Amino acid sequence: MLYREAGQFKSTYAEDQQIFPIRQDRIAIAALLLFAFVIVPLVANQYWFAAILTPLLIFALAALGLNILTGYAGQLSLGTAAFMAVGAFMAYNFELRIPGMPILVSFALGGLCAAAVGIVFGLPSLRIKGFYLAVATLACQFFVLWAMQRFGWFSNNSTSGVITAGKIEILGYEFASAGSKYLLTLGVVAVMALAAKNLMRSQTGRSFMAVRDMDVAAGVIGIPIMKTKLLAFAISSFYCGVAGALYAFCYLGTVEPEAFNLDLSFRILFMIIIGGVGSILGSFLGAAFITLLPIFLSVLFGGVSRLLDIEISHAVQSNFELIVFGGLIIFFLIVEPHGFARLWQIAKEKLRLWPFPH
Amino acid sequence: MNRAYPVGETVLAVEGVSLAFGGVKALTNVSFDVREHEVRAIIGPNGAGKSSMLNVINGVYHPQQGTIRFRTNGAWREFHDMDSNEAARLGVARTFQNIALFKGMTALDNILTGRNLKMRCSFVEQALWLGRAKKEELEHRRAVEGVIDFLEIQHIRKTPVGKLPYGLQKRVELGRALAAEPALLLLDEPMAGMNLEEKQDMCRFILDVNDHYGTTIVLIEHDMGVVMDISDRVVVLDYGRKIGDGTPDEIRANQAVIDAYLGVAH
Amino acid sequence: MNVSFFFEVLLGGLLAGVMYSLVAIGFVLIYKASGVFNFAQGAMVFLAALTFVSLTERGVPFVVALVITLAVMIVLGIAIEKVVLRPLVNQPPITLFMATIGLTFVLEGLSQLVWGSQPHGLEIGIKDEPIGWLLDNAGMSVSQFDLSAAGIAGVMVAALALFFQYTRIGRALRAVADDHQAALAVGIPLKHIWAIVWTVAGFVALVAGLMWGSRNGVQYALTFIALKALPVLILGGFESIPGAIIGGLIVGASEKLAEVYLPQLLNAPLTNMLGTAVNLQGIESWFAYVIALLFLLVRPQGLFGEKIIDRV
Repeated sequence: MLYREAGQFKSTYAEDQQIFPIRQDRIAIAALLLFAFVIVPLVANQYWFAAILTPLLIFALAALGLNILTGYAGQLSLGTAAFMAVGAFMAYNFELRIPGMPILVSFALGGLCAAAVGIVFGLPSLRIKGFYLAVATLACQFFVLWAMQRFGWFSNNSTSGVITAGKIEILGYEFASAGSKYLLTLGVVAVMALAAKNLMRSQTGRSFMAVRDMDVAAGVIGIPIMKTKLLAFAISSFYCGVAGALYAFCYLGTVEPEAFNLDLSFRILFMIIIGGVGSILGSFLGAAFITLLPIFLSVLFGGVSRLLDIEISHAVQSNFELIVFGGLIIFFLIVEPHGFARLWQIAKEKLRLWPFPH
Repeated sequence: MNRAYPVGETVLAVEGVSLAFGGVKALTNVSFDVREHEVRAIIGPNGAGKSSMLNVINGVYHPQQGTIRFRTNGAWREFHDMDSNEAARLGVARTFQNIALFKGMTALDNILTGRNLKMRCSFVEQALWLGRAKKEELEHRRAVEGVIDFLEIQHIRKTPVGKLPYGLQKRVELGRALAAEPALLLLDEPMAGMNLEEKQDMCRFILDVNDHYGTTIVLIEHDMGVVMDISDRVVVLDYGRKIGDGTPDEIRANQAVIDAYLGVAH
Repeated sequence: MNVSFFFEVLLGGLLAGVMYSLVAIGFVLIYKASGVFNFAQGAMVFLAALTFVSLTERGVPFVVALVITLAVMIVLGIAIEKVVLRPLVNQPPITLFMATIGLTFVLEGLSQLVWGSQPHGLEIGIKDEPIGWLLDNAGMSVSQFDLSAAGIAGVMVAALALFFQYTRIGRALRAVADDHQAALAVGIPLKHIWAIVWTVAGFVALVAGLMWGSRNGVQYALTFIALKALPVLILGGFESIPGAIIGGLIVGASEKLAEVYLPQLLNAPLTNMLGTAVNLQGIESWFAYVIALLFLLVRPQGLFGEKIIDRV
């Protein structure tokens, strides 16, 4: 009744190609953006910004990067955190060593360095596929982490490679508060998400998906397989690199190479599995879910322990979290391999029919 | 019958091609030519090497001996080990015996991938979706819609191809090949697994392609009725060797061909 | 350069490699029989070791604890087949791989939830001491323990090889590995076979768990042993038990040699060249992977694997 396309005719291809062809969707997304940019900063508190919203956006961006590589282009990667590390440390170095460097440019350069690393470690994808490629990305993950720790230059020769991100200043305005950092992150992520959507619905995205689905056929119709795979690695790593830079500057402030370990790579992989591989929306849904789940669980445990008047140790909670994560992965792979994004689509389909049953 | 594009000079020459996989000789010293604007059929019993021949022409397999010569833009080019990417760039498009569509995409997107060689914008422009990139995307959409109209598949353009029935998938695959506006179209058993109606539709499409666009067509087909009806000339392969080459009538009368099909020991 | 020291390092590396092979064999078994790359093998090693050591610490005798742990692994194998594998039977391998990643997390959490997360020491009666006569006669310090591990691995490989070649179940396993549909067509009960395979893999995990646990202690880090097995599998191919052994030897040896010699040799020159403090210590964290990677570029199917042919 509410969600009907009746009366919305597309008379040009441009209208048909829009990101949100249905008017209700356009209204919804506009409302969401309004909410995120205007209302949230007014009502949310410090804790929400620093501990929930900002990391959620950053992980969504990293998940987006991984989705481009693994979801759209079909190249499995377990090195996401390494690319984030490159972005973080290189952005730090650009800020530190070049006086007067605008912060957004540092972020972008950090991303480009990550893209370069991505291309290097993506070269094996021209010869190897599937989990062999995952192993190659593991090599990247371990090597990058080790290099950040061992080569003093990256952390300005600090002990154990810890870096402290400098202040963020754009056009004289300093982004010091958690709220302002949230807005900056939101802005960057929104722009990059739009760019990603545009890329995936044009020829680049189609080439990626063609290589994913049947690379021999893709080659036969003229798609340059090598260039396409390397481009996927480059773009994906760029996104992860910028996410890493944001991670260091807008979220943690002080970060060490260990923060970008294999565990983080797996978390981001889980985000896209649960959220939906090959879906921009899925990256956001997955990131939201994985970020909010621990909080939900700790609230749940808090409630249970108060209710039953027992002490539930932190160790028990974190083990339980592991089990829930793993269980959910398996559950989603069995029940809905395309994750939340597909569930969302199905819900929309049902909403179109509501209140009729079919 | 007056043809819009009368058969012209040779555009493709296969010369002395031999192909072996380990000990299996798929093709032995096969030579034939294809003239511009004609419909050339390759026929033969199962295992004769027909698909291998097509794969050699478009660079998926590299023959141990022999050359492929293409005439593009008036000039002859000779190949011993061209790869399929190059073949696509030279204007060769093809369909496959086992459908090689991209199962994760819609019919529209699959056909759009066929236009990839004509897309000029860089990925940065595409990410920004400004001016040139947007215009290019819409322009190619228009071209692809032309192909969709031609093949009468408007109603399934937004359906993921994995969900389509076999006959429609084959049509989408043909659409992807046509979207590239090829000079040479290779069809590997385009009518396999179809019922009579679907076959008639497919015949109509193939003939229309040849008529409207003048595309040179090489097709592999088992249905003799179709082959005799629509092709200008026929090549017959048996156990990797050429045993017949000529018009349908000549082939029908060729004793070696009859023997091969009847299974007479030779 | 001290030759006997070199041999000591080499031998140490080879023996460490055998330990890696122990874990890798578990992977190979499951991959051979079901085409699934079981990322959870490391977690299974951890679970086995933790269960065993928790039982013995509570006073359960060695052999009884062994039997109970084996029973646990069998139940686990059957449960995994029923809950995880069967529902995913027609999915692409990548989906199954990701499911085993999820399984890893479940097993890790479950193990620690049930038995606690403190590290345990594990005594199985073989001391990690240099072999007496070798030390006296050749000046080389080679651990008794490592040598015993090599012996145990050798026995296990021989037993598995015999099992696969000469028993009916072994034949059935090989048939299933080749072609599930064909195996079904000749009446091989797929579900039983998979349960058996996961059980055997569980047994292998138990042995590996005992060896690694007594060497490094039974702690959470044991799960990362699985990651060390990956370069071994790449070199040896995913489907070959001899390959796993040889791959293990190569990985173990090169890793050990790199760990000991590369920092000595390269720290100074690289520091001078790059103008910043370079310390190659810790190179073993990625060395094996890079070796495997380079190897893959030359031979994508590993030493013993089967060539992958793409047909259109």
